Amino acid sequence: MNRPEDEMIVPEGWGFVETIDRRDFLRLTSTGLLVVFAVKPPEGAMRPVWNFAEQQRTPPDFNAFLHIGANGRVTLLVGKIEMGQGIITGLPQIVAEELNVPLEMVDCVMGDTDLCPFDSGTFGSLSVWRLGPILHAAAAEARAVLVQLASEKLGVPVADLSVKDGVVVSKTDANKKATYGELAGGKKIERRFEGKAALDKVSEYTIIGKSYPRRDAVEKVTGKAMYAGDIAPPNAMHARIVRPPAHGASITAIDTSAAEKLPGVRIVKDGELVAVLHAHRDEADKALKLVKTTVTPSPNTLDHENIFAHLEEVAVEKRPAGAAGDVAAGEKAATQVVAAKYLKGYVAHSPMETHTAIAAVGADGRVTVWASTQTPYPLQTQVARALKFAPEKVRVITPFVGGGFGGKSANAQGVEAARLAVAAGVPVRVAWSRDEEFFYDTFDPAAVISIRAGLDASKRIVLWDNEITGAGGRGAGMFYDVPNHRTVTKGSWSGNQGAMHPFAVGPWRAPGANANVWARESHIDALAAKVGMDPVEFRLLNLQNPRMRRVLDACAKKFGWTPKPGPSKRGYGVAIGEDAGTYVANMAEVKVDAATGAIKVIRVVCAQDMGVVVNPEGAMQQMEGCIMMGLGYTLAEEARFKNGEVLDKNFGSYTLPKFSWMPKIETMLIDNPDLPSQGGGEPAIVSMGAVIANAVFDATGVRLTQLPMTPTRVKAALGKK
Amino acid sequence: MKPIAFTLNGVARSVTVEEDRDLLWVLRDDLGFTGTKFGCGASFCGACTVLVDGKEVRSCVTPIRSVAGKKVVTVEGLAKGDKLTPVQEAFIEHVGFQCGYCTSGMVIGATALLAANPKPTREQIIRGLERHLCRCGAHQRVVAAVESAAQKMAGGKS
Repeated sequence: MNRPEDEMIVPEGWGFVETIDRRDFLRLTSTGLLVVFAVKPPEGAMRPVWNFAEQQRTPPDFNAFLHIGANGRVTLLVGKIEMGQGIITGLPQIVAEELNVPLEMVDCVMGDTDLCPFDSGTFGSLSVWRLGPILHAAAAEARAVLVQLASEKLGVPVADLSVKDGVVVSKTDANKKATYGELAGGKKIERRFEGKAALDKVSEYTIIGKSYPRRDAVEKVTGKAMYAGDIAPPNAMHARIVRPPAHGASITAIDTSAAEKLPGVRIVKDGELVAVLHAHRDEADKALKLVKTTVTPSPNTLDHENIFAHLEEVAVEKRPAGAAGDVAAGEKAATQVVAAKYLKGYVAHSPMETHTAIAAVGADGRVTVWASTQTPYPLQTQVARALKFAPEKVRVITPFVGGGFGGKSANAQGVEAARLAVAAGVPVRVAWSRDEEFFYDTFDPAAVISIRAGLDASKRIVLWDNEITGAGGRGAGMFYDVPNHRTVTKGSWSGNQGAMHPFAVGPWRAPGANANVWARESHIDALAAKVGMDPVEFRLLNLQNPRMRRVLDACAKKFGWTPKPGPSKRGYGVAIGEDAGTYVANMAEVKVDAATGAIKVIRVVCAQDMGVVVNPEGAMQQMEGCIMMGLGYTLAEEARFKNGEVLDKNFGSYTLPKFSWMPKIETMLIDNPDLPSQGGGEPAIVSMGAVIANAVFDATGVRLTQLPMTPTRVKAALGKK
Repeated sequence: MKPIAFTLNGVARSVTVEEDRDLLWVLRDDLGFTGTKFGCGASFCGACTVLVDGKEVRSCVTPIRSVAGKKVVTVEGLAKGDKLTPVQEAFIEHVGFQCGYCTSGMVIGATALLAANPKPTREQIIRGLERHLCRCGAHQRVVAAVESAAQKMAGGKS
């Protein structure tokens, strides 16, 4: 299932990444075994559409590397970052498995552009799914080299050697042995990954598949974990930037005279960028409030109500996103047709850590930027371009990231910090306030999705005509057996057509798929109801894909689903989806309060087939997180705006899922050792909108076709019943 | 500016700052205690939560003058050396976090909750943590962690 080309995340700055001097890498690893991983991955490891690096001037020959030192410690260096998803534990597990060393022997360095090889960014559930196979192969290669060295040192043929816990031992004479440290130390060995070494067999895994505890746990519960805002170079100052009040508004004059009178305040300007600086954040806040601006208001007339008509009006260019058969033939074959239009508003990323960066110019003239970013390399390029520096004069270091969800693929704060640090001559920290975060977020875009579907007399879907405005094609792939279907997109989730959106939009956890899966699975449910069939039985009737059937069956068993056509008044819902190569099925139970319109989600069951699971607990944490986060866009989250102003500025009016919303969450992983590891960060969120909407229909007989399903909308829909 | 004296994590401190400064930023910028996080600046999210005389407060809206003579405890002040508190241990055991950014406030909130009510019901835990936001969705594990910490602490006393 290839993603359409427009589904790639191409952060600004990606197209012109320059090669880091290779000597910088080698300097750090002057002795020991260094395995350089080819960008060109093993066959099947990366789909061509994602192998974007090859089309760019990116470093030609590596995207991760591995070093084994004289002390036997293994260091994995990757350009990925840790934002809660747990790869700081999962990726070393892969390396430890193939190298036959205990997990404790593997260190992991992440997201530092001086130390780690190029990586386009941490998004798309790609880390284990797409980088994983390269790590498997490279670690196996390293093991093969070490065994070869041991063979020479011990005078034992390779075939007679085995490895356990980082020690190579003769199978016939246990006294003949050598540790990895002894073999690698004092030498300079560089091996290019060739992908020829044999991988461990899945059935023999001892480290992959085990729920090792998270490596970041102690730091995170003791407050020692460092995030970008916690980095404090000497003399650092906080910057608060003078901002326009609305998108499209322009500042014509700035009066900083009152702010300047506060002790310790500095005003720094770099072109259009004007900031008040203070050593203390709260005093910088105070000073910013004293800055007076003259503003030309935004001419933008869009708001969260009229946006849907606007999108349909401006996004006109159609792009095919999958088709089979002939929809005209489908129309003829259909005995019943159901058509509906689904609307979804803008959703904010709202990581608890706002976009934060601190930049410092070193004595050598290089700029270091510590940033909360999912894309350290693109940020390096963005900073270099903004400063007119050579890229090697910019280093980006990524400490722990306090949540990303796609939003930290955009890096404006890093560029702002760097520009201000250069202009001010002192280290400058930019940590967006919560209202800046809402204002400059790259929102999950509003979308309009129209589906016209038809059934024949045997209750089989014979027609599916799907037009998606604003969400792109991710998640809309057709895995039901529909002979005649057609999906077209108008504008991707990155808003690539003209003036679609009043502000920036971008990737939001499983971009576009939340909207598309919600619309499709709502519509499938509507078809089931139309023919009076149980929604699970209806799906199975129209679904041959054995992998998806197995996931749905497993979910139904765990949930205790008994067939009954909707609306059964039980408040049960089902939805299935595919994302990042992973198949997912959700079932939910809800109660709807007819008087208030409030939806209470009582229980959510989620079954997921993600192939080989590296760390089952970690995978389940991602599933649980997807379910909780999914409740937000389903029930409450919708950014409101008018005349370019984002009206939601903090969590008082924009509500995130809370403890009291928590349903009973039950997750299960389908055993599928024959399939390599697939993506895990996003799949379980894609079906959340539909599973709740379908459960609400089952409870009330009313189908809501707009997200979020706020109490007001639920009441209105019940009133029309 | 007059000195403002208080106890921070058991150590006497005195700061001479504008008395309306936010406790959060005095902790972070003046004293270097960065475990306490900035999340929303308006007491909605709970990332900046600290203990003042044993009760949880939002340090982002707490003027420094109001802690004069009081005992302030941040997340750094919970463990005694390497010895974590039962709440911290339970957060690790049940993995009550993902990105970890809300965790300092969450751990402090849970500590205050159990100090006030050592045997909370599940409902009381949920209500007690309601004003702590977690975007990653670790809620179920946080509740499990607090339940387990309560049990351990009760066991420890007997």
